[in-house]
Order: sequence, then C-alpha cells, then structure tokens
Amino acid sequence: MARIEAEVGKPQGGIMKWIDDRFPFTETMKLHATEYYASKNFNWWYIFGVLATVVLVIQLATGIFLTMNYKPAAADAFASVEYIMRDVEWGWLIRYMHSTGASFFFIVVYLHMFRAMLYGSYKKPRELIWIIGMMIFFVLMAEGFAGYLLPWGQMSYWGAQVIISLFGAIPGIGEALVEWIRGDYSISDITLNRFFALHVIVLPLALIALVFVHIVALHHVGSNNPDGIEIKEHKGPDGVPLDGVPFHPHHTSKDLVGIIVFLMLFTGVVFFAPEMGGYFLEHANFEPANMTATPEHIAPVWYYTPYYAILRAVPSKLWGFILFGTAVLLPLFLPWLDRCRVRSIRYRGWMYKSALTIFVISFVSLGWLGLQPADGVYVMWARIFSFLYFMFFLLMPYYTSIDKTKPVPDRVT
Amino acid sequence: MDKSKMLRTVTAVAALFVVAEGFAAGGGVALEPANIEPGNISSLQRGARNFMNYCSGCHSAQYVRFNTIGKHLELSEEQLIGSLMFNADKTFETIQASMPAEEAARWYGTAPPDMSLMARAKGADYIYNFLKSFYLAPESPTGVDNTVLAGTSMPHVLWELQGYQKGVFAEHRDGEISTFVFEHFEPATPGSMDAEEFDEFVRDTVNFLAYIAEPIRSERRVIGTWVIIYLLVFFVIAAMLKKQIWKDVK
Repeated sequence: MARIEAEVGKPQGGIMKWIDDRFPFTETMKLHATEYYASKNFNWWYIFGVLATVVLVIQLATGIFLTMNYKPAAADAFASVEYIMRDVEWGWLIRYMHSTGASFFFIVVYLHMFRAMLYGSYKKPRELIWIIGMMIFFVLMAEGFAGYLLPWGQMSYWGAQVIISLFGAIPGIGEALVEWIRGDYSISDITLNRFFALHVIVLPLALIALVFVHIVALHHVGSNNPDGIEIKEHKGPDGVPLDGVPFHPHHTSKDLVGIIVFLMLFTGVVFFAPEMGGYFLEHANFEPANMTATPEHIAPVWYYTPYYAILRAVPSKLWGFILFGTAVLLPLFLPWLDRCRVRSIRYRGWMYKSALTIFVISFVSLGWLGLQPADGVYVMWARIFSFLYFMFFLLMPYYTSIDKTKPVPDRVT
Repeated sequence: MDKSKMLRTVTAVAALFVVAEGFAAGGGVALEPANIEPGNISSLQRGARNFMNYCSGCHSAQYVRFNTIGKHLELSEEQLIGSLMFNADKTFETIQASMPAEEAARWYGTAPPDMSLMARAKGADYIYNFLKSFYLAPESPTGVDNTVLAGTSMPHVLWELQGYQKGVFAEHRDGEISTFVFEHFEPATPGSMDAEEFDEFVRDTVNFLAYIAEPIRSERRVIGTWVIIYLLVFFVIAAMLKKQIWKDVK
C-alpha cells in the first residue's frame, strides 16, 4: 500500500525520470518557463523580444532552404535567385519570407530597443542585457549588409561598393583595409564568396550565441516592467513574486496572440506587397550587377538610412565616418548616460519625455532623409536632426539628473 | 481595443499594402499610366504574341520558360509550339533572342537587355511610355530618339504599327544657353494602327512583360488570402486560450 502511494505521489517516473537523471530537463523547464516569473502588467511593448526570436527562426529556416539552390558566384548568383523565384517549388515563398524577414527583423529590433528606452530596461541591474543586445544589433547590421550583396543586383553591388569604401576614409590603413575586406581591387566574385560565408556561417553563429546569452542574462535578473520596479521585492510566503505570473502558460499564451497578429502583418507583406513599394526589395536590384553602369541614385536599404543620413550630413569623409560610427555605438552607453533614479517613463519628468520624443522624430526623419538624394535642403535637415540625435545622448547625464520625477508605486499598477 | 478602432486599424494596414504594391519610378518625364490588367488572360495572350513577334528577335527573356507561360496563360502545348516558339524545340526551354548578344553589342553599341525582369526594375508605366515615345531624329544612327530614354540605341521597332511621329519642343533661351523642353508629338507618317489600337497593342505587351517579371504574382495573392483567413481563425482561438489562462490574474 505505502509503496504504491509513494509511486503515485511522485511527480514523474518512467522516461522523464530517466532523462532527468541524466539531463536537467524538468529543472530547466521550471527555471526558465513554468516557474520563471515575469510581471503580470506587461503591455504590448513587451512582445518585440519574442517577435525577434520568431523572425530569427524564420530567417534561419528559410535561409537554409535558400542555400540549397543559391550559387555564391558572380556569374551565377543573380540567375540562381531567379531560378529560386520561378523554378524551385515554393521557392518564391521562401525567398519572399527571407527578404521580408530582413526588414521585419529591424522593425522588431528597433521597437524592442525603444521599449527599453521607454521603461529604463537598460538600467541597473540589466546593463549587461542591454550591452549584449547592442552587440546583437551590430551583428544584425553586418548580417543584413552581407546578405544584401548575395542577390548580386545593381543595388547589391553599388550599395556594397559605397559602404565598404567608407573604410577608406581611415587615415593610413584605409585603402589597405578596404582591399582586405573586398579581397580584390573592386567588389568581385571573391567578395561575394566571402560575404556568403559570413552571412550563412560566421554571423548567424554569433547571432545565435548572443541571443542565448541575452536570454540567460535576462532570466538571471528577471524582466523589467512598465512601472520599472522590482517585482522580486514583494514575494508571497511561497517565495513567488506577488506581481509575477509564470512565463508558461501565462506569458506564452499572451505572446501567441501577439505572434499571430505579427504573422498577419508579415504574411500581408509576403503575399501582397513583397517589394513594399521598393523599400524591402529595391527596384534597381532587379537588374544584375553591372560594374560599368552606376545607378543614378544609390541608397542603402531603409534600416541603415538613419546612420547613412548622418554620414552624408558631414562634408568631410573621415569625420562623416567617425560620426557614423559614433552614432551606431552611442546607445551602448545608455546605462551610464542615464542618471535618473527612476526607470519608467511613467514616473519621469517632462525633460526626458521631451528628449525621447525629439530623439524619435530625429531618428525617423534621418531614416527618411537617408533615402533622399544628398543635396540642398535635405543635407541641411540631416544636419539638424544629426545634431539632435547626438544631443539626446550627450546631454543625457545632465537632463536626467535634474529632471523632476514622480513618486514610484510600491507594487505594479 | 474596441471593435471600431480595430476595424480602422485593419483598414489602414490593408490600404498600406495596396499603396506599397504601387510603383513610382522613371526620370523627369511624367509617365502616363499603363493601366494594365494582370488578370485579363486574353490581353496577356496577345501580349505574348506581340513579344514573340516584335521583341524576341533581339530581346531574350532568359528566365522565362514556355511551359510556365502555357500554364498561366491557358495555352496548350500545340498553341505554344505553333504560335510562340519560333526558335525553341522543347516547351521547357527559356525565351532566347534570335540575335547573338555579342554581335548585337557590336551593332548597337550595347546588347539589347534581357526582358525577364524589366517590368520590376523599371515599372510597367515606364516601358509603356518608352514604347510610345519614339520620334524622328535624323541625326541619330537609328533615325529616331526617345523622350523617355534620350539617346537610346533601340530603333523604332513598332514603326509599321504606330507610324512615325515628330517631337515638338519648346525652346527656352537664357542668354546664350537654350534648353529644349518636350511639349507633344505630332504624327508624321501614319502606321497600320490608329492611336487607340496602338495603345492597346503596347498595353497588352507591357501586361505580358509585367507578368513574366513575376509569374507567381496572381497566385501568391490567392494563397495569401487563405493564409490571412487561417490566421484570423487561429487568432480567435489563441485569444480565447489567453483569456482562459489569465482569468484568475487580478
């Protein structure tokens, strides 16, 4: 009798026990899902982390199938993409998902980063999560750039030509560095081949590793929330945060709703507007790369244009490159630039709210300006918005320390 | 989110996709809209005939297979072989130009471009206007020039149909420099078609070019509609599941 009760009372047996004796499966599931507690008051700004993971999976899965038919050679690349689009069964769908996924990756990641700025998610003790996240962003920029060369269209070729030549602005080593990156005196078959290697092996590996570390660090300190307070400070007698709900099934069921809404937008683009008016797939890229004919207007894909606009706003090539690099790197220092005692924008004063608004306007405007030709009034506006972009970060220690804050509640609202 | 707000959001997003499908390209010249009908099979069939008869001598469409055209344009194998395949034996072959590319490059200064993706690269309106905008230019080696692509090395291939037209330019003098601004065309010698018939001819041809640029276009929209319907159903189920799981959370 007693023996049978003991068997029944056991949480697990059979195959699960066999596994758990050898691998911490149940323990890991508890630690990261069923007993990982995140705040119950997450709003929809908190969906973008999981959406970024969804896009990553889409990119990896479609990417694998693309490599099965793509040929990384200057003579064959363009034709092999058209072969995928026309002759490979469902190849068009795989390709459109991958090209749309690239743009959606940046949309989702930009919104994910903005969420952190809204609720001070980068502040102590989450500085490392933010830094790892910024590294993911840098790798993603490189990944997108390498991938854009692969279709070997006119914009692939000339976009890469313009961006790689930027490194030539570095005094002394510039020209040698450019040659080292290209592996040739111009963008060529050799460049395409090595960009393929970077795009399908080196950078995705780095991306997956960084995403893993990003989540490990997050689960170690716990998620922030829209009130920017620590839910771990108020625990029930069972040690569970009073304002927390388990990640699974609560947040997973909520995330599923968000994922479906996201997929409706995503498939809306894939099936009804894969070119997205020339922003996701540029028209000039439907012409094969031609090193003897420069397109009349070269613009990088939309997700790089805020930084591209900053680069072009500066008359000197070297200083343009320096400011471009600084603009990309500056957010890395947010945890230390922000001196405010309060995390969430809900309890911050008018100064941070205004500064963040100006920053968003500047960033979006720079993105638009980066798509326009670099002349006259466009350059003037790019200078104004570049100035505002930098001031948001550089003046931050000052305005966040004198900004009046509201009292922060004890428990989440 | 209440229902009316949700509906408005959905409509706005749908409108965005419709706008994004549109195309704005081309140089300084204002382009007349081609108004092609991608769903009109007989227009596409006429376009295929026009392309094979008037264009494929010089222009290839090297990614386009005859059997794909046959499938989408509802043409039998006999019809393909009899009316479209002038220099191909098997229906799985792609459209190759009759003129060798190297010699063409020598004769015209540049090889006639492949037409597989031209409508996606330049837009249907661009090609429509280009084909209609040849005018007499005695100083040019081909005897014509084009207002859409000035200095083009393409001759006026459709002269028999359209006839020849003269370009009327207004001269603007600014001191020593004078610039010429295109105003309109005037018929010089008539062709076998009147202006309306010729517009239809070019429209069908451009429709076909837009089709070969992305043969899957109409099919993807049909599939996409089902995908969205599936996701809507899935959305309702997921929302109910979420509500159920969260019902005790205060």
